[in-house]
Amino acid sequence: METQLVLIQLVNGLQLGVLLFLVAAGLTLVFGIMDFVNLAHGAFYMVGAYICALLAAKTGHFLPSLLLSLPLVFLLGLLVEKYLVSHLYKLSHLDHVLATFGLILVFDTLTHYLAGPDGEAILLPAYLNKSLHLGGIQLPVYRVLIIAVGLAVAAALAWGVNKTRAGMLLRAGASDREMTSALGVNIDRLYRLIFAVGAMLAGLAGALIAPITGANIAMGNEIIIIALVVVVIGGIGSIKGAFLGALFVGLVDTMGRAYMDDALKLFISPVAAESAAPALSAMIVYIIMAVVLAFRPNGLFPANK
Amino acid sequence: MKFPLKTSIILFVLMLLILGLLPFASIIGLNAFYLDLAIRLMIFAIAATGLNLILGYGGFISLGHAAFLLVGAYSVAIPNYYDIDNGWFHLGLAVVCSALFALLTGAVSLRTRGGSFIMITLAFAQMIYFLFVSMETFGGSDGISISFTSDFGLFNLGDTLYLYYFTFGMLLALSGLIYRLNRSRFGYVLTGSRLQPRRMHALGYSPFRFQLGAYVVSGTITGIAGFLLANFVQFISPEMMDWFRSAELIFMVALGGAATLSGPLFGAFSFVVLEHIMSEWTLYWHLPFGLFLIAIAVFSKGGLVKLLNHRSRRKPDA
Amino acid sequence: MLEITHITKHFGGVFANRDISLCVEAQQIHALIGPNGAGKSTLIAQISGELKPDSGRIRFAQRDITHFTPERRNRLGMGRMFQTTALFNELSVLDNIRIPLLRSTARRYSISDWFYKAVESDSSIRKTALTMLEKLGLDHHPDQLVAALSHGEQRQLEMVMTLATSPGCLLLDEPMAGMSSEESARMIKLIRCLKNDHAILLVEHDMHAVFDLADTISVLVEGSIIASGTPDEIRRNAAVQAAYLGTR
Repeated sequence: METQLVLIQLVNGLQLGVLLFLVAAGLTLVFGIMDFVNLAHGAFYMVGAYICALLAAKTGHFLPSLLLSLPLVFLLGLLVEKYLVSHLYKLSHLDHVLATFGLILVFDTLTHYLAGPDGEAILLPAYLNKSLHLGGIQLPVYRVLIIAVGLAVAAALAWGVNKTRAGMLLRAGASDREMTSALGVNIDRLYRLIFAVGAMLAGLAGALIAPITGANIAMGNEIIIIALVVVVIGGIGSIKGAFLGALFVGLVDTMGRAYMDDALKLFISPVAAESAAPALSAMIVYIIMAVVLAFRPNGLFPANK
Repeated sequence: MKFPLKTSIILFVLMLLILGLLPFASIIGLNAFYLDLAIRLMIFAIAATGLNLILGYGGFISLGHAAFLLVGAYSVAIPNYYDIDNGWFHLGLAVVCSALFALLTGAVSLRTRGGSFIMITLAFAQMIYFLFVSMETFGGSDGISISFTSDFGLFNLGDTLYLYYFTFGMLLALSGLIYRLNRSRFGYVLTGSRLQPRRMHALGYSPFRFQLGAYVVSGTITGIAGFLLANFVQFISPEMMDWFRSAELIFMVALGGAATLSGPLFGAFSFVVLEHIMSEWTLYWHLPFGLFLIAIAVFSKGGLVKLLNHRSRRKPDA
Repeated sequence: MLEITHITKHFGGVFANRDISLCVEAQQIHALIGPNGAGKSTLIAQISGELKPDSGRIRFAQRDITHFTPERRNRLGMGRMFQTTALFNELSVLDNIRIPLLRSTARRYSISDWFYKAVESDSSIRKTALTMLEKLGLDHHPDQLVAALSHGEQRQLEMVMTLATSPGCLLLDEPMAGMSSEESARMIKLIRCLKNDHAILLVEHDMHAVFDLADTISVLVEGSIIASGTPDEIRRNAAVQAAYLGTR
């Protein structure tokens, strides 16, 4: 049934959106608050996927592996921040680009060396590998679960940023670095925490997607670019922007790929539509980014400054 | 911005001389492999020269310059599909398409903050990458070989010697262009806009216009490098010029010395040599290379040019 | 020459400037004083074009410039000095002066002038630049980096650069910031000299300089002008004394 297909695509789009949000959240915070361009953020996504996959292979249990991968990626984020990234804040953006690109190479090579080039697959446990039946529509349970997790994290972040003291410090940090440190807050620890939480969220996204796409070395480098597009569209430093931007990009990209040829056929010949569709659907996210930037150079919800 | 006789300039001229004379060495027995390495080096040096204009002199970090390599290369590959081998057409197409792409994307990206610019150029390059991947007719992700290298009437770039000197000539010409541009009013305004954009506005200049101009020239130069690359490798696939390649170009510019005349050549040389040596050593050479990048970011200021000119501190770098 | 009418600017819910009007005549110095956070920088930013007012108008040289870009205002004859030193740090003293002179010495759209001719070898630019530096005694080592100059010399250099575009009106944003008393005295003398040919809006904290130089003083407190008049009138104004002078 047509509705069934459209709904599946919507679910896929939301799922992609939610994953992008998890990755983009850390990216936008680190860039907005510490003014640090972290190209290597995708590495945490990849590492989360690998840790979850390897643990699941060893123990045979998926959900515990996923939960265990979270503190592990958090720890990795802490270590990377403490021993490398914290020394880079004061340097120029050019140095950030070079260092984080170097970091990508290090992570990719280490993963290749330790886990081989072929990637790891995870089998979903039976109770997750089912479909939900809602009023005649079938929806894959796991994808709905991913969406639920993502929304829960978004809600938790929104609560944390708006209602807690740490969140207030975060928002203050986004608006005025000097003031925050003048207030006596331990800036170093705040930054370390922000970085590690961001890394953990990216790792969560990786672990969540691993049963669907498998863990592989290229995944980090692929996701980082779309995540950057989300950050740019949403506005640097803005979690709200990252959330709305991610959902928007996820939906547009998924629906675009699914229905681009049908949409084009309304305007041009079927043959032309078939050949143009793949190119256009891959590019649509970037075209939208360009259009948004043309009118709002600082994104849709810039944090400020 | 003076131009005194400094160690870096001497070395630069020396390298150019060696490059100019290298083909003669092959007559007396030098392995043709080194000629190929030199061509590759020069092509990267041209690409880095282009990037240096917007990154070093302009102050905007483009993480998407590989897109211009792609555009320039496909300006040879696509006409090839239609059996067009006219070199002037290839080169002209490369120049026009690169300039146009730079103009359109630059108009949007240059209005944003510095850090956003990095992300946006990356995204636009990715867009171009996907565009070429999706073009199944022209090879898609598998790539396409080039059987009709650029023919300029008197010579054809399929011949290694002609390609070598054509590339060498381009390197000289484009380095000369940057040299003149940097010392002209345009260059001064560009540098001023990098150092103090607010001050430039208050002095009656519109930095955006100059930066866009620099971006267009920058992209075009790298597009020419792409044109040369297509003729050199005689095979093009989008993977050859992904965003890792953009990062490598940034590495070359930064290591050699951003906003210097000789930096791009030094950087390209270092990269080609490092890549060659390290990849012989281990399959996992990206690991030490990555660590090296991190070390450069943390410890080096001003790259090789600064290192070479350590003693002359009174005058700004050339 | 420069007329600001009913300028209002707010950020979020906070009014940085509330219904501000003032006038700067040619050959006059109008000083703007007020405690920190009163909104002086915001006002200067709107006059120079870096910020757009929420309401109100700015007239300059008989034109409504409220929506003009900063560079267009400069081309009409508005010059500006910044509160914090904004010199071209990697360049020499001579090169710093050359930059403002580039436009005036180029034949407007000549490609050769703009993209080919080397600025260094342009003798007319060099001569003009050295003459300007000489007036301030900074022409001894034109090739040294500006970082080598003392703070006072740097501020003077900035003044020269601002004057290099031949503005008719000057916005001076705390020109004496961070200067020793000797350097300040020199700057005061310079500003007094400039009065003959310019309309000057002076923002300063140095009260000695303000009362010495100004023809008119406006006092800005919490976004509004609470008093405006001759130095004597301001000195005697009770509200001003209470809000500002008394606490200093």
